[in-house]
Amino acid sequence: MEFLSDIASLINSTLRISTPLVFAAMAGIFAERSGVIDFSLEGKMLMAAFVAAVGSYFLGNPWLGLFLAIIACVSLSMLHGFASVTYKGDQVVSCVAINILIIGLTTALAAAWFGQAGLTPTLNEDQRFLEVNLPFAKSLKDVPIIGTIYSDILSGHYIFVYLAYLTVPLVFWVVFKTSFGLRLRAVGENPSAVDTAGINVFAMRYKALAINGVLIAFAGAHLSTAVNANFFREMSAGRGYLALAAMIFGKWHPKTALVACLLFGFTDALQIRLQGVELPAIGEIPVQLIQALPYVLTVVLLAGFVGKAIAPNAIGQPYIKER
Amino acid sequence: MATVDKSKVPWWVSNLIVPLVNLTLALFVSGLFIFIAGENPYEAVKLIIYGSFGYIEGFAYTLYYTTNFIFTGLAFAVAFHCRLFNIGGEGQAYIGGLGVFLVAINFSFLPVPIVWFLAVGGAVVFGAAWAFIPAYLQATRGSHVVITTIMFNFIAASLMVFLLVDVIRDTTQMGPHTVALPKEQWFPSFEDFAALLGIKIRYSPLNISFLLAIVASVFVWFLVWKTRWGYEMRAVGHNTQAAIYAGISPYKNIIIAMCISGGLAGLLGVNEILGVHHKIVAGFPAGYGFTGIAVALMGRNHPIGIFPAAFLFGILYQGGSEVTFDMPNITRYMFVAVQGVIILFSGALENLFRPQIENFFVNRLNLKANA
Amino acid sequence: MVSPILELKNINKSFGHVHANKNINLTINKGTIHGIIGENGAGKSTLMSIVFGLYKANSGTIKVNGKEINLRSPKDSIVNGIGMVHQHFMLVENFTVLENIILGFEGELVFGKNFVKAKKDLKNLCDTYKLNIDLNSIISDLSVGFRQRVEILKSLYRGAEILILDEPTGVLTPQEVDELFKILRSLNEEGKTIVLITHKLIEIMDLTSQVSVMRQGEMVGHIKTKDTNKEQLAEMMVGRSVLLRLDKSEVKTGDVVFKVEDLTVKDDLDVTRVKNVNLEICAGEILGLAGVTGNGQTELLEALSGIRKVESGEIYLDGKKISDSQNFLNPRELKEKGLAHVPEDRQRMGLVTDFKAYENLIFGYHDQQPFSKSSILNNKDIISHSKTIMEEYDVRPQSPNLITSNFSGGNQQKIILSRELNEKPKVLLVGQPTRGVDIGAIEFIHQRLIDMRDRGAAILLVSVELDEVLSLSDRIAVMFDGKIVGEKENKNVTDRELGLLMAGVV
Repeated sequence: MEFLSDIASLINSTLRISTPLVFAAMAGIFAERSGVIDFSLEGKMLMAAFVAAVGSYFLGNPWLGLFLAIIACVSLSMLHGFASVTYKGDQVVSCVAINILIIGLTTALAAAWFGQAGLTPTLNEDQRFLEVNLPFAKSLKDVPIIGTIYSDILSGHYIFVYLAYLTVPLVFWVVFKTSFGLRLRAVGENPSAVDTAGINVFAMRYKALAINGVLIAFAGAHLSTAVNANFFREMSAGRGYLALAAMIFGKWHPKTALVACLLFGFTDALQIRLQGVELPAIGEIPVQLIQALPYVLTVVLLAGFVGKAIAPNAIGQPYIKER
Repeated sequence: MATVDKSKVPWWVSNLIVPLVNLTLALFVSGLFIFIAGENPYEAVKLIIYGSFGYIEGFAYTLYYTTNFIFTGLAFAVAFHCRLFNIGGEGQAYIGGLGVFLVAINFSFLPVPIVWFLAVGGAVVFGAAWAFIPAYLQATRGSHVVITTIMFNFIAASLMVFLLVDVIRDTTQMGPHTVALPKEQWFPSFEDFAALLGIKIRYSPLNISFLLAIVASVFVWFLVWKTRWGYEMRAVGHNTQAAIYAGISPYKNIIIAMCISGGLAGLLGVNEILGVHHKIVAGFPAGYGFTGIAVALMGRNHPIGIFPAAFLFGILYQGGSEVTFDMPNITRYMFVAVQGVIILFSGALENLFRPQIENFFVNRLNLKANA
Repeated sequence: MVSPILELKNINKSFGHVHANKNINLTINKGTIHGIIGENGAGKSTLMSIVFGLYKANSGTIKVNGKEINLRSPKDSIVNGIGMVHQHFMLVENFTVLENIILGFEGELVFGKNFVKAKKDLKNLCDTYKLNIDLNSIISDLSVGFRQRVEILKSLYRGAEILILDEPTGVLTPQEVDELFKILRSLNEEGKTIVLITHKLIEIMDLTSQVSVMRQGEMVGHIKTKDTNKEQLAEMMVGRSVLLRLDKSEVKTGDVVFKVEDLTVKDDLDVTRVKNVNLEICAGEILGLAGVTGNGQTELLEALSGIRKVESGEIYLDGKKISDSQNFLNPRELKEKGLAHVPEDRQRMGLVTDFKAYENLIFGYHDQQPFSKSSILNNKDIISHSKTIMEEYDVRPQSPNLITSNFSGGNQQKIILSRELNEKPKVLLVGQPTRGVDIGAIEFIHQRLIDMRDRGAAILLVSVELDEVLSLSDRIAVMFDGKIVGEKENKNVTDRELGLLMAGVV
């Protein structure tokens, strides 16, 4: 029985830990399907975490914090678009700039406003998102199997967890079943074809980036106003890059990207569980090495399974209308 | 759209005026940040100038930071000539420092100048080795170096903390650092040289690594512009297919460029270990690797541009610490944000006003020619 | 009763300092097939891109059916009944035919009712014009000719009354051209107006009723096709009388210098693109390789020049084996052995456009003396060498320090040619030597190739321009589906015969 509950809690953590990755990967799909590279998921996630925490602290409502985080992330996406779509600058450089800018700015402003080294004040219960208990979770708890799945695994998550997994089919539907999705995919493959069909290539890319900004804001808010009760320095800890790797591994497709995100989440959940545990034959693995597991996994996934030909054809290239 | 006949634009407009305008814009935006943080930007500038030029030790600090930024700036630039975004300078410098320390401590029986020589080699080899895996994966698997090098930064940090806690820690002390190297191996510092001349100054971390940085700059200039290897690296960077057509192997050049880049980043370890800390301290690269990106982009990836750019960042860092000392609302992270803004304006948005500026000068020159 | 359907008045367009269209006036009558002819770079495509709303004119007015329209994007011209088939097809390769056609005109946010209706409408259109296209096939599986039909169908579905075709025959076999012209005539009979942009006089004479001639960005004349002839049009196009035939001496062939035996090559996606090809080229001979784009010529050239791995078979230079599936020399080593290669797509392959001209003038030879010695480049010698060959090949401007992208297309081509020819190669591989080059430069390039031949070089000329192959080659081989399907002496062969071979009919 203890084994079962161990598994249940591992799955439970996997779902929670994967949440920001899922939002970020979905955000990445919109940007990159439109032909714009987005290494700046990391910076935007960090920005969202900061703005959500600060906004919620001052306004007393986490939803308002989330709203401000969305505005902030969409603005950063627009900045990325301004540099790389309108001014045809190097997309990777633009992303690196945003990431470094946000690492510095969030920490500096947190320190300036709150006096602690890059920490925002702890949010109280009204200022943050709380766990949601699904109906009948308590009463079903003791039913075998169903109780474990429903009460221990599915119930008791933050709202973002549910939203993240609802986002995936939504993204799938938008990208593959709507005319917007058709145009989105076309603009990342052959922008000239889109232009000659009378659709504004630049507007399409800006729209995709706006959606990207909205989605990534959820990832950040999840970190600072749900699982944690404050913002701290560099709290995104490479999740933006992990999500991007998951998206690439998932071939820019929401369903497979979700699987890759869950794999990352699972690795992370596992590494937390393994800390301080004596393993048979190996002994205790030093905590620093275990913590590096998701990063190693990222490298392995990128190295092992990615072909070059799958990326959207026009990715990374600014659209030049007139020669 | 203002388009210009490029062949008529004088070199100093594209390579001097435009970058300076971009830098001015970036600094203006940075001033806004300082204002948002609740301090007076004008006062901050005064403090920066005083802190970096106002007294001899301050200036020495400025040059010490400049040294680090030259190394990491050159590192980014070399890879960038091959169109590789090596943002793993941080991790490569960290591992490079490990190389310096291991060589110095294990060869301490040799004469000091030889140990120095070997330690510099250790820095290069270790830094290059850490860049090799992402390079290899990029060359053979197409795994984007931006992601892999960032991951290697995280992995390097974990690995080094592990080593510093469990393997090479100075067990007589609490902190995660190694034992100190024997004193005779320490690089002569600026202080020592001043003392030779009979001038007594207070401590500063500036040491002969600064000269090594100048040597490295000349090396990079020669490599990129004067040798066949540099030519081939640039060809791969600008147009991989054309390179293949000309019999230049992208695979080989990606690996060479990344390894040279990693080796240069590793040299930061020489400055920090032999010159300053004399032991490995957890987290000693302290973000210098990332600053190198801004330095290289601002310096247009040319050693002649990287030197003043590194110096400017030296001023910002040293002057910045003066600011953080006097202005409680400003932390050193503010200057990380400034780097981001500089990368934005001199990298991604470098074409923001370029056509207008170039047009302006071309028209003026035409007027002059016609008059 | 003729009524104008499209009227252009005083159209001007500049790209930077290049004045691509100068005060263009043009009237196209309803229900006609109107040809616009001019050399490469005369401004035809620019003008039609303006009509299609893709480029914005600096000044001038456009009227459709007598009503002035303001074109902000292709949407506006599509709404006004203008459709365009571009030279490079505007199709999303991994989409189906149906998805490509409805793109931008889906009519609903979520696919449903209109999707079904679109399918039915398209089926009807296909039947009416006998277009015979499977709506569910993926574009990348279709041949060039079919892709062009998709483009035509796309325009029709969007309600085009005026259909502009930009150099539609460049990529087709003569037989496919016949098919296309049949389709165009039947469209014309149904009342559609056709605008045909071309630089081929024969097409104008065959198809059009009206012709307008452009030269160097200007409209130099409008004329009824039946009142003119090829010679007159050619003179209007070029501004002087031109020789339509090249001066070429009798061939004096020597020994076989270059031999290909049973060569098989695969592309990046592991598809076999060259199948058991055998070729022999003698000194002092030009072997022309004709074929429709995409029949393996690109992969063949790449394998012969050392860029692509050989799957099986052997390549011999001067009787010595240089490549097989086990061992192969890389392009640099081949260049040292006297094999030069002018690649098909020069901007993509032959040059680094961000390099300075002198850096490109040694590209591929950069490790040879005197350009470099123990891996250190000798810039002084490189620059003086560059000055000499730039003068000899009349590359303009003659400034070796200028960045290559600032040279015109023709001059970039000359940079590559001068580099490859200057080394006096024994074997020269040339792909599409005159693609996108103006007529003056074409003459120059053709003359240089003949000179090389007369000096005893063995030349393999790969071109999709059948005229070019016919006017330069001594022997002609035709490639279809990766195989050499025929080889003829140039003396007694017609373009019709070659066309049948190119289409894989015989």
